Amino acid sequence: MKTFIEQLINGLSLGSIYALIALGYTMVYGIMKLINFAHGDIYMVGAFTGFFASTYLHLGFVPSLLLAMLVSLILGVTIERVAYRPLRDKSKISILITAIGVSLLLENGGIILLSPQVRTYPQIFKQHMYSFFNGIITISNQQIVIFVVSIIMMVGLQLIIYKTKIGKAMRAVSTDPDAAKLMGVNVDRTVSFTFAIGSALAAVAGVLVGIYYNSIDPLMGIMPGLKAFIAAVLGGIGIIPGAMVGGLLMGVIEALVSGYGSSLYRDGVSFAILIIILLIKPTGLFGKNVREKV
Amino acid sequence: MKQILKNRLLIFIGLFAIYGIIQILLSTNILNDYYEINIVLMGINIILAVSLNLINGFTGQFSLGHAGFMSIGAYTSAIITYKLGLSFPLALLVGGISAGIAGILIGIPSLRLKGDYLAITTLGFGEIIRVIFLNTEYVGGASGLSGIPKYTNWTWVFWMAVITVVLIRNFINSSYGRCCVAIREDETAAESMGINTTFYKTLAFTIGAFFAGIGGALYAHNFYIIQPETFNFMKSFDILTMVVLGGLGSITGSILSAIFLTFVYAVLQDYAALRMVIYSLLLIIVMLFRPEGLMGTREFSLKKLFKKGDESSEFTVN
Amino acid sequence: MKKTIKRLSMLLVGVIAASILLSGCTKNTSASSSDKINVGALFELTGQVASYGTSEYNAVKLYIDDTNKNGGVLGKQINLIKADNKSATDESINQATKLIVENNVVAILGPATTGNTKAASSIALSKNIPLITPSGTSFDVTVDTNTNKVKSEIFRACYTDPYQGKVMGEFAAKDLNAKTAVIYIDNKSDYSKGLAKSFKEQFEKLGGKVIDQEAYVAGDQDFKSTLTKIKGLNADVIFIPGYYQDTAKIAKQARDMGIEVPLLGGDGWDSPDLLKIAGASALNNVYYSNHFISTDPDPIVQDFIKKYKDAYGTEPDAFAALAYDSAGMLVQAIKDANSTDPAKITDALANLKNFKGVTGTISIDAQHNPIKQTVIIELKDGKQTLKKKISAE
Repeated sequence: MKTFIEQLINGLSLGSIYALIALGYTMVYGIMKLINFAHGDIYMVGAFTGFFASTYLHLGFVPSLLLAMLVSLILGVTIERVAYRPLRDKSKISILITAIGVSLLLENGGIILLSPQVRTYPQIFKQHMYSFFNGIITISNQQIVIFVVSIIMMVGLQLIIYKTKIGKAMRAVSTDPDAAKLMGVNVDRTVSFTFAIGSALAAVAGVLVGIYYNSIDPLMGIMPGLKAFIAAVLGGIGIIPGAMVGGLLMGVIEALVSGYGSSLYRDGVSFAILIIILLIKPTGLFGKNVREKV
Repeated sequence: MKQILKNRLLIFIGLFAIYGIIQILLSTNILNDYYEINIVLMGINIILAVSLNLINGFTGQFSLGHAGFMSIGAYTSAIITYKLGLSFPLALLVGGISAGIAGILIGIPSLRLKGDYLAITTLGFGEIIRVIFLNTEYVGGASGLSGIPKYTNWTWVFWMAVITVVLIRNFINSSYGRCCVAIREDETAAESMGINTTFYKTLAFTIGAFFAGIGGALYAHNFYIIQPETFNFMKSFDILTMVVLGGLGSITGSILSAIFLTFVYAVLQDYAALRMVIYSLLLIIVMLFRPEGLMGTREFSLKKLFKKGDESSEFTVN
Repeated sequence: MKKTIKRLSMLLVGVIAASILLSGCTKNTSASSSDKINVGALFELTGQVASYGTSEYNAVKLYIDDTNKNGGVLGKQINLIKADNKSATDESINQATKLIVENNVVAILGPATTGNTKAASSIALSKNIPLITPSGTSFDVTVDTNTNKVKSEIFRACYTDPYQGKVMGEFAAKDLNAKTAVIYIDNKSDYSKGLAKSFKEQFEKLGGKVIDQEAYVAGDQDFKSTLTKIKGLNADVIFIPGYYQDTAKIAKQARDMGIEVPLLGGDGWDSPDLLKIAGASALNNVYYSNHFISTDPDPIVQDFIKKYKDAYGTEPDAFAALAYDSAGMLVQAIKDANSTDPAKITDALANLKNFKGVTGTISIDAQHNPIKQTVIIELKDGKQTLKKKISAE
């Protein structure tokens, strides 16, 4: 029982990170119907910004986090502006290829500029373990930070989407971009805003990963990026609560597979989940069936 | 009719000339082993790019799992020659067929999906194939199979590439191929015209996978050792870059860009990271300024080259 | 008809022009002057295992530059030709071919990892050019396991996986008195699997029991789930035969979770980065086998460490030490052969005796493996201390 709860907590911490990345995927997909392959690399840039901010500028946790969010946000919006916007009316495949190109560019640019070496994240929080219920639940302060920050971010996102004007615009564009345009919604600005929020969330995930696992490298975004995408599909791509649940679920499944099954097949299992979901219920756990209109 | 025959003959003589000249240059060692390796690699890349183009370019099904099919061909063929000691032509055939079967198995379920979903599913399948090889001790697990005899040479690669190109070209010009193109243009419309879209999509997938398997078999018998890591999704992206650069829907485009990119690869040998940056910039720039690729859906044709202003159909391959 | 001939000839001219163009750009690098000895350095300079290859290339370059400064060998300067295999087997073949046929090298140093070494070896064997791998540890790098024949031109400077696993298995059972062990391998690495296999054999032969084997994949971030499982098994020792980028993270996460049992490893652990990533407090009760220890007072070792540090600003790792010795072995063999003929160098390498290198006094055995010392290093707050020295058999 004790190990099970420990595995659950491990899974939930990893899952929160997947969820934060998955939110960016899902929002972008919801509004542009595009899988932003470069999203995992924006997360990497966020992690590196946090690293430089805390190591060389000696900033604390919150300022580093904010700086990382800002840099990733600018990057995300720039990518959308330069690489995706001109292609919005072209075929979906061409924009997908561009996304792959941007992703490769960020990874290899990262290798050239930052060197392929693994960097060590500074210890912002000294590790402490807390026990509850006679040691049945033990949780580290880093895990608590991950949970708290993730919850703040997710609640904040919900508030933005449901309580603000721009959030309303986002929902409108996501439902029907043409109709939204006719109703006077500035589609370009809304899309930019979506990329900004998604990228900032990815940066948060990057910084949290840096703190939790204390090492980062330029290719760190590939696998979590794919996993988070699977999480988004699992929850129903385009649906925000779906991404959160999907992310947490993915983290827990991975932890349980490593803990009780064989760690050999962990990555295989994630892809198997993706394929099963796509074949049985492509709209995901939270999705509704939409009929294709001609 | 006479004109067509004459053209065919011309092409045939041309092919023999290319084959003969390179063969002479190789056997007299004017082009040394290092050039042979890269020329063979060009041939393999042509097979891979053209076969992926059938799936991605002509049928419009965005697959990112080509390296997976390639690895199946590579591993099965290596088992045939290296483990069982059978002949190379048989290995090529079985390698191709097993990749083709994998194409059917993966194709039928995943082709219900579209666009980005299909892309990510095929990518997932490619990765699963890799994880399976990684965990199979019979084929060496992580260390892979080494000691594969070197059978691939210029003769094999050249004629396999010619066969691939001719067969795929004929397929595309057949009624089957037209159905595939119709699916690319508008799947719903194609379906309402009575085209069994699932059948044709699976067919394209299977043929593409078959030739990817042959490419993989040639690859395995050229490079002595194969490891699961060789066939990760970066390999699929490499092949994709060739197809996109050449033009989705242009066979000659794929051939030219396979040759060009292999050449660039060899020239930029000492700047590996830079090479990937150039690749990715190429992808982005081509998409932004010429989303249809350098050749678009057009084909390079000698007829056009010689008789300027002559009308030529979209599907003529030189 | 006339037109046809015209077209045909145009085509031919085009093809010939293309091939001349192609071959025209071939003859630029093959400057085989007799006053220089061309030696190839084929390493993983980019790609997944770039950090090992880069270390090794740096060390090789250090040795060769030094040799050249001191008058070279046989009165000739060594021309070190750098080639990057991008951590891929196909590129290893491609580059090995280029070094041999284009640059006319008399020997190749590298690559770092087993798979790439096997690939490059196939070319070296067919062209009869000697190749020394600093760290290709798998048994079948130098011996063809199908025919049980020694690969005549292939040598190495490191000991093999089976040997190292055996040493650690014996150490765990005898010196640490461990009864149970868990093995945690890198599933992508044959080095890791090879060590695990022979560790298990030796450990169980001496009465111990391996109660579980777990795996990770190089580059993973999260080891906590598997470590939680391992923690619950309460083994006496955990054997983690991996490379430092991953084992450092594993050590850190294991200690953070309260796993206090000894962590054992192989020479893949040896790197200054281990301490940077894991932190000093995690690196207690850690033991690994290695080729040398940086605190060894032997002037050869201290001289090497100082030179490496001066040149590259970091402490050398095990890869660098092995590569430095590989270069040394080659230079020694050229001297012994008193010739730059590849066949004679090969003979001299096969008969190499008592070469004094950083990683001990090296003699080459019948299977082209070095016979030399092994040390077991214990880490105390991240600092290396000598636990045990096993001299050559």
